[in-house]
Amino acid sequence: MVDVRRVAVVGVGNSRFGRRHDVLVQELAFEAVKEAVEDAGISLDDVELSVVGCVGTRMYEAMPAVPVNEYVGLAGKGPIRVEAACASGSAAVFTAYNCIASGMVDTAIAIGVEKMCEVDTATSTAVGGRAGNYLWEFHMFGTSFACYYAFYATAHMARFGTTEEQMAMVAVKNHKYGAMNPKAHFRKEVTVEDVLKSRVICWPLKLLDCCPISDGAAAVILASEDKVRELGVQDPIWIAGIGYSSDTSNLTRRADYVGLLSTVRAAEMAYKMAGVGPGDIDVAEVHDCFTIAEIMAYEDLGFCKKGEGGRLIEEGQTDIGGKIPVNLDGGLKAKGHPLAATGCSMIYELVKQLRNEAGRRQAPMKKYVALAHNVGGTGHFAYVTILKR
Amino acid sequence: MGELPTITSRPLIYVHKIPISKTRKFWDGIKEGRLFATKCRVCGKIYYPPQADCSQCLSSDMEWVEVPGEGVIETFAASYLKPQGFEDYPEPYIIAIASVEELGIRVMGLIRGVRPEDVHVGMRVRIRPCIGSDGYHVIFLEPTE
Repeated sequence: MVDVRRVAVVGVGNSRFGRRHDVLVQELAFEAVKEAVEDAGISLDDVELSVVGCVGTRMYEAMPAVPVNEYVGLAGKGPIRVEAACASGSAAVFTAYNCIASGMVDTAIAIGVEKMCEVDTATSTAVGGRAGNYLWEFHMFGTSFACYYAFYATAHMARFGTTEEQMAMVAVKNHKYGAMNPKAHFRKEVTVEDVLKSRVICWPLKLLDCCPISDGAAAVILASEDKVRELGVQDPIWIAGIGYSSDTSNLTRRADYVGLLSTVRAAEMAYKMAGVGPGDIDVAEVHDCFTIAEIMAYEDLGFCKKGEGGRLIEEGQTDIGGKIPVNLDGGLKAKGHPLAATGCSMIYELVKQLRNEAGRRQAPMKKYVALAHNVGGTGHFAYVTILKR
Repeated sequence: MGELPTITSRPLIYVHKIPISKTRKFWDGIKEGRLFATKCRVCGKIYYPPQADCSQCLSSDMEWVEVPGEGVIETFAASYLKPQGFEDYPEPYIIAIASVEELGIRVMGLIRGVRPEDVHVGMRVRIRPCIGSDGYHVIFLEPTE
């Protein structure tokens, strides 16, 4: 490990997620940036660099970084636009982190923003289906994003006996917490029966196994250790480890369909850098774009052994009071998944948790270590970020 | 949706010309009901879908190898969701990934001839490449059990 500067999260902001027909993309980003700047207790002048994460392919504003940057008062400070499919927000945090760790700047903001509801569902599905390999998969067979995860669900069920009921339990847990989160897209509890009876989207995945199509924004302000001291930040949350990885664009070239290798690799890197293991994590945000994704994440992040993810949710081990509480903001499943906003929103939630500010959704803190796991596509990208207070 | 005021954007329609010069045998093969992969003459790695350059040893010295006509379903999904451009597909359409052991590769295709509830992991399928009724290149996987 090269000698890099320590970097802290000093401010976080999150817009309300949902169908946001009331705002333009830049107006949406503004909500998150304003909250983050106020949360940090700094002025915009203190921010040296802006990194904008946005997939952008469903929006009328196809190259939104500059319009967003101008509107939030950061013209001239970047922006660097990053795209890593559904992990674009984490890629933005990673980029901002590195610009500070390397000594290039002392403060940077990562903004994740996405408007997905400006187009109809058939268009959105066709764009999302392009997140793998267009020519060899989507073009020839119409593989939607739900279809990619359905491949994993089918294989996981066949290999380990994971059940549709266990997958439904992930939705039940995450909707329970979504109902307590004023920023969540879905604020309604569901039952296992509701999930099983909801219409089939792509068997074995039903409507309530899938995250919604949402609009949203989140922002994270990062600073170097010197700057933290200079600004007098009371309660910095340190980035202790970051791991990244990827896998093949063609699903046909994956090692298997029961886990995401990119997650395993990214987690290994992040755990090593942070000097912690899965048993040290007090609370986690994992990428539950579909219920099977959360079950695989438990296994790939080392919260349980491969094949035992279904049992972990069934035993309530990922609820508050269990071994490792997961997605206490409702997750992508209930909070919503505005692609690039998600990675920054995970950091937003974990910072609140580490500060003991999550109210009814607060996880008990023992070591004050939290983990964010953000996947792009179907394991096409993966980022794992470990925070410590 | 629809309660809040919006205005309509100028339409933007994308239809791409996709270069197939380097994989032409694959596309021509499909028309004849045959499926081709490529093999690196330097390191021996086999690529399906075919590619003109070797990602493993960076050689561009490749040869075509024909994919045997049978495989085993490793996973599948039955889609009730139709993306834009697939309006004419049946509901549901079943997509599967079949392994072809002889070459150590997997082939994606549309399952034809059975209902979704009758498809299972481990099922043997015949691989049938052709031009679909919509004019696009497609590969069907037909269960043989």
